[in-house]
Amino acid sequence: MNHSIETENLSLWYGDFQALIDVSVKIPDGQITSLIGPSGCGKTTLLRCFNRVNERYGNVTTEGKIEILGKNIYDPDVSLPELRKAVGMVFQRPNPLPISVYENILFGLRIHSPMRSITRTESDQIVEEALTSVFLWEDLKDKLKVRATSLQLEQQQKLCIARLLPLKPKIILMDEPCSALDAKGTLAVEELMEILAGTYTFLIVTHNMAQARRVSEECIFMFLGELIEHRETQALFEDPKHEKTADYVQMRYG
Amino acid sequence: MNILRKKSAANVPFSETVIETFIRLCGVSAIVFVFGIFFFVFREGAGFLFGGLDLGQFLTSPEWYPTSLSNKRYGTLALILGTFSVTALAMCIAVPFGLGAAIFVSEFCSPKLRETFKIIIELLAAIPSVVWGFIGLTLMNQLIIAVFNAPIGLTMLNGGIMLALMSVPIIVSIAEDALKAVPDSYREAAEALGATRWQVVYRVLLPAAKNGLLAAVLLGAARSIGETMAVLMATGHSVNIPSGPLSWIRTLTATIAAELGEVARGAEHYQVLFIIGILLFTITFVVNLIADLVIKGIRQDS
Ligand SMILES: Nc1ncnc2c1ncn2[C@@H]1O[C@H](COP(=O)(O)OP(=O)(O)O)[C@@H](O)[C@H]1O
Ligand SMILES: [Mg+2]
Repeated sequence: MNHSIETENLSLWYGDFQALIDVSVKIPDGQITSLIGPSGCGKTTLLRCFNRVNERYGNVTTEGKIEILGKNIYDPDVSLPELRKAVGMVFQRPNPLPISVYENILFGLRIHSPMRSITRTESDQIVEEALTSVFLWEDLKDKLKVRATSLQLEQQQKLCIARLLPLKPKIILMDEPCSALDAKGTLAVEELMEILAGTYTFLIVTHNMAQARRVSEECIFMFLGELIEHRETQALFEDPKHEKTADYVQMRYG
Repeated sequence: MNILRKKSAANVPFSETVIETFIRLCGVSAIVFVFGIFFFVFREGAGFLFGGLDLGQFLTSPEWYPTSLSNKRYGTLALILGTFSVTALAMCIAVPFGLGAAIFVSEFCSPKLRETFKIIIELLAAIPSVVWGFIGLTLMNQLIIAVFNAPIGLTMLNGGIMLALMSVPIIVSIAEDALKAVPDSYREAAEALGATRWQVVYRVLLPAAKNGLLAAVLLGAARSIGETMAVLMATGHSVNIPSGPLSWIRTLTATIAAELGEVARGAEHYQVLFIIGILLFTITFVVNLIADLVIKGIRQDS
């Protein structure tokens, strides 16, 4: 099996606080993998390593190797814009940009293509396709000029997924994408992931054990910055090898 | 349930009451002062404003001969154009520099450099305007004569540069606040989509902060319009319809400053100077009001 993401002995420090300790992990291609663990164990931190947005904070030091699609992302010839184009991210709080729905969808394409190279017909079609894939087209087709930050949270989060699609990413990282959504919104996002999996590799952080079981083929359990267990989801939940995994799953899942 | 009960007046410590009264007094006095000043200026000019002054001529005639013995004429057109042209020129210089510096300070510079930069900007703001006037009169005067081969360097260009240097600190600090007020999540969202820092600036920050940036420019302009000493010293102070950056001009403010000491209290000329004061008051009030409304606009948007 091929792997989209591979890390070897990845350690990360915020100042002198070590948030990731020797994490080695392989995320399979074209599947949904979930990442669970108590708050503060480094899930978000790990996710943010894969598109190097961690570097936005000045005090971060990283050690170890990260390969995305077979390429070491710390190689000097890696272009950050290209990396982030290939590795999309959905944040915990929906963060559409304060521009129209239409422009939000096109934002990625616009920054990655020369000025004025996208024609109106093309862009209309791209927006319709992207919104259709996240089941928002019917709701929003008359609101394309509306400021995206004024939409309902669920629509905002779906829009944040939709705006990744025109860039044709290979990997989509999701950090608790449903924590701001209600049950219906959560199911809608899950359904969406299942449809899109195959084309995209998903890595999703979740606090919702039921969700991890429903959507993911493999599951990773982290604890205090360490990767404790990484197995097929079913196996991890039903027959955890590690005591800490068992405790956590027991506690969260009954 | 004692803790939840509302405190009676007697329970409020005396010191708190004193402080509260004092703060309230400060607030009220600020309002009183503003109205007081406006009232005084208005009272001094009102007599002639409503009895005798030809308002049409006042606003549209370029002939400013307040001391003519045979035929006094109070046309302020040249002064109004002087004020607006030198302000416009100042803004042409100050806006790109001010906004550029604000973007640099808030988005591109290391925290250490940012502190240094802010101190310099504050120093710039602290220079008294008479010092700017002095620089205009000496250094800039020589420079303009040398560079443009002009007969005299005390021109609109000179005044415009001095005003620009005075407005830049205001523009930088307000514009920087506006940029800082843009939530970091927008920057992060754009960067995670692969935007470079420049793309973040012009595709996300400028649109998101545009009201605040506009307010910064307007307040910078209001500062320029109201400035007196530097323009009095640097622009040549000669009544003239401006024809280009190298023409000498005179502004509304400089006229008041230069002539008020010379006129008899209560005379027509004296009253006209106060009417110019009312005009200036109105102009800066309108500019500030627009800036305020624009700033309110930002708050509602975000
Ligand atoms: N920007 C930061 N600066 C310093 N410490 C941080 C920062 N972000 C996260 N941390 C710390 O790193 C640890 C892991 O955080 P995080 O990855 O957000 O955990 P999780 O997503 O699993 O809840 C926590 O102890 C947190 O306090
Ligand atoms: Mg987290």
